[in-house]
Amino acid sequence: MSGFGKYMIFLGSLFVRRESFATYYKLVLEECIQIGINSALLFILVSTFIGAVTTVQTAFNMVSPLIPRFVISQVVREMTVLELAPTIMALIYAGKIGSSMAGGLGTMRITEQIDALEVMGINSSSYLVLPKIIASVLMYPLLVILAGVCALVGGYLVGTVAGILTPTEYVSGLRFSFNPTEISFALTKSFVFAFLIASISSFKGYFTKGGALEVGIATTEAVTTSVISILLADYLLANLLLR
Amino acid sequence: MIKIKDISKAFGDKTVLDGISAEFDKGKTNLIIGSSGTGKSVLLKCIVGLINPDEGRVFYDLRNFTEADKEIKSEIRREIGMLFQGGALFDSKNVEENVMFPLDVLTKMPLDEKRDRANLCLKRVGLENSNQKAVSEISGGMKKRVGIARAIVNNPNYLFCDEPNSGLDPQTSILIDELIHEITHELDITTIVVTHDMNSVIGIGENIIFLYKGHKLWEGNHTEITHSGVEELDDFVFANKVMSQMRKQ
Ligand SMILES: Nc1ncnc2c1ncn2[C@@H]1O[C@H](COP(=O)(O)OP(=O)(O)O)[C@@H](O)[C@H]1O
Ligand SMILES: [Mg+2]
Repeated sequence: MSGFGKYMIFLGSLFVRRESFATYYKLVLEECIQIGINSALLFILVSTFIGAVTTVQTAFNMVSPLIPRFVISQVVREMTVLELAPTIMALIYAGKIGSSMAGGLGTMRITEQIDALEVMGINSSSYLVLPKIIASVLMYPLLVILAGVCALVGGYLVGTVAGILTPTEYVSGLRFSFNPTEISFALTKSFVFAFLIASISSFKGYFTKGGALEVGIATTEAVTTSVISILLADYLLANLLLR
Repeated sequence: MIKIKDISKAFGDKTVLDGISAEFDKGKTNLIIGSSGTGKSVLLKCIVGLINPDEGRVFYDLRNFTEADKEIKSEIRREIGMLFQGGALFDSKNVEENVMFPLDVLTKMPLDEKRDRANLCLKRVGLENSNQKAVSEISGGMKKRVGIARAIVNNPNYLFCDEPNSGLDPQTSILIDELIHEITHELDITTIVVTHDMNSVIGIGENIIFLYKGHKLWEGNHTEITHSGVEELDDFVFANKVMSQMRKQ
């Protein structure tokens, strides 16, 4: 619990003694590029495959001839938009981006780079962490959209190539009884997850004490804590927003 | 000149510094010496404000740093340059960017001027052709040099060095020591060096304070240190074989 209090104080400290807007603009841009480079390929790969596998498995489970085949792609769509793209990808994002944020900050801490910033009169938490959080909140929803599209494309490719359903069936399934609020639900989730992952990972990294071993520990803790908080937030948001 | 008065600091129930007072003169290399774990780094961090002391005050040329408001504090910070134990260079930046960094954040200098100034400082520390090198590509001694260049780039009035020659070979150590010593005299600034290296003590110690278990046990200069009459200091000074042979002669 004291950890949570420290985390809240840490979040507050990001907004005092800030640098100029131009400085943050540059830093945020750099972080965005970093996040994009580090995760885009992985996201495309994972989501395409999960989309494909979901299609095959759904088809495998629908043995009744009474159910029209376009239901398969409808199921794939629902899975993708509600859970796969925002939540499962968040777990991957925590492993990839969260761990690198924690590791980077932890290394900066133990090699006194953070002290060096402080001596120059810079609010190191705000200078280092705020751009990471902003960049994350900007980039992650885009990555989620990318992942969603890739999953649907993956499903389409497998579904049509393997002859599970025709292209027309697949597309009509995607459109069948589509509820656009699900998209805004997915995006809301991705904003929340992006914030949680970036802030928790930065928090863990920023307060590393000791040496290289502790940086490793901080990195692992960052991922574990992020993952748990994603799952909790997922449950809470589903309760709040899907009524 | 920097003056500290009754600095105390404890972590939990472990007292690391216990009522330390001292004066560090302008235009001199002032040393804080003592064996590992006696609180030298903690004292240095208290002086620059990275750690808040539990008690005591720090004065920068009569300006009370400990109780200063934000404005005065950041004004004093602008006048501080610091070399950290491992160099503490930003590994996301190259050598030149590292040296320019304090100018980026502390001044509104145009880029050309910043670059000129950074190159001047790199030249001063003997690193002409490494501007575009990544931090990971350069050796430990070079990192210290870049660290010094970064510390002096904004014309500081106060220079702090934490173990400037730890992890360096003896020859490079001496070069770094001399560099710090020369820069102190050239710029006529107040320099405080933390060290446990007797070579540095003999080489550049113009004003030395000896810490032992959180207390200041002795102060003086490098010619007085060999006959201080303080037992703990003698143990420290003559721990080295060469030094203890000198003593016997
Ligand atoms: N942030 C901290 N929290 C708790 N203990 C600390 C902290 N920093 C230093 N110490 C303790 O203070 C003592 C002095 O450390 P330090 O000043 O680094 O020694 P040195 O003289 O070798 O530089 C050590 O025992 C260290 O464990
Ligand atoms: Mg130390």
